[in-house]
Amino acid sequence: MKIAIPVDEKTLKSNICVSFGRTPYFLIHDTETKENVFIDNSAAASTGGAGIKAAQTVVDNEANVLLTPRCGENAADVLKSADIKIFKTISASAKDNIDDFIDGKLSLLDEIHAGFHGQVGN
Amino acid sequence: MPDFMGRSAINMRIAVLSGKGGTGKTLVSMNLAAIAKTSTYIDCDVEEPNGHLFFKPEEVQEEEISVKVPKVNSELCNGCRKCVDFCKFNALAYIKNKLIVFDEVCHSCGGCIMLCPEKALTEKEKIIGKVQKGTSDEVTIYTGILNTGEASGIPIIKKLLTEESPETNKQTFIDCPPGSACIVMESIKDADYCILVAEPTLFGVHNLNMVYELVKLFNKPFGVVLNKCLEEENPAEKFCLEKNIKILGRIPFDTNLGTLNSNAEIAVSKNEKYQNMFSSLMKTVTKEVQHETTTNS
Repeated sequence: MKIAIPVDEKTLKSNICVSFGRTPYFLIHDTETKENVFIDNSAAASTGGAGIKAAQTVVDNEANVLLTPRCGENAADVLKSADIKIFKTISASAKDNIDDFIDGKLSLLDEIHAGFHGQVGN
Repeated sequence: MPDFMGRSAINMRIAVLSGKGGTGKTLVSMNLAAIAKTSTYIDCDVEEPNGHLFFKPEEVQEEEISVKVPKVNSELCNGCRKCVDFCKFNALAYIKNKLIVFDEVCHSCGGCIMLCPEKALTEKEKIIGKVQKGTSDEVTIYTGILNTGEASGIPIIKKLLTEESPETNKQTFIDCPPGSACIVMESIKDADYCILVAEPTLFGVHNLNMVYELVKLFNKPFGVVLNKCLEEENPAEKFCLEKNIKILGRIPFDTNLGTLNSNAEIAVSKNEKYQNMFSSLMKTVTKEVQHETTTNS
């Protein structure tokens, strides 16, 4: 199983990024091979629709699960279409959240926010 | 009377703008429209138009405004993703062999449709809001209304500003949206004169500077109305003096005026004092506009 996590830095100890759409990197952790890959989030600097593009990246990297503190509705729609389950992170570091997920301590993210749209100049 | 871009001073288009909301754009534009008697008032603040609350227009006619967004023919789409990569607004996603369009993120540029090598994308209409036209005494009121959550009000503003026939012998007052973004540029694009409304604070100066830079960039003749003036020093006035900007008038920080406004009354039709104040502002503006027409023709 592949787990995707928005992270601030390219290390396992990195903090989880508070924004899914505009996170600088995603950590893709493979639970079988224990392999960790860090990928750049090309959506980070988007004028709009960052969540959609970031979700596309997660889908393209064949993640099965996303661990994130929050997620907007457009991104959630994309992830849902790809049958990716979204779990809410509970601790600060990526590593701890992976362990918590494997131990079954994380629950599904049930609050999908409406997004922070309309705050950029058109 | 001298001509200016084919118009004379009596049928000038005057845009009223400010760097932020609540500065007094509607107060100034609707009172000027009311004092001009036979005039047109256009509310371009399509995200929250409020001029109609004051004018209470009658015989309101309505027209829906739509834009074009892409429609996917999944049978033709081969998943090349050219459209997904092209869209600067990320309105498209390709998931599990299926193209998804996020209508509300789309800015209707049409690029994806042009680009699709398989012709899998076509246009479909999507309603984003409406324009209303009504009358209040001798003032014709146009109101643009953008539906909540839509990407851009510009199609509505375009419609509002082309609605009125240019031959009409009336002054037009354009109540702009706040700020200096594209939506404001669209609102002032064809204006003959701009009135910038400013508050007497440092924050007010910052906001004034935004619209000041915008009208300079657009090469529009302009002047400033200082609103909510107190006895003490006015940073916005200081800014005008430093930049050598024409001050068209001063509106005092006045409880009665505020009360009339919050009761959705048009001050000039309720009180002689305000009638005189806006008449005098109107005279100054007309003089400025005529001066511009002379020096620019």
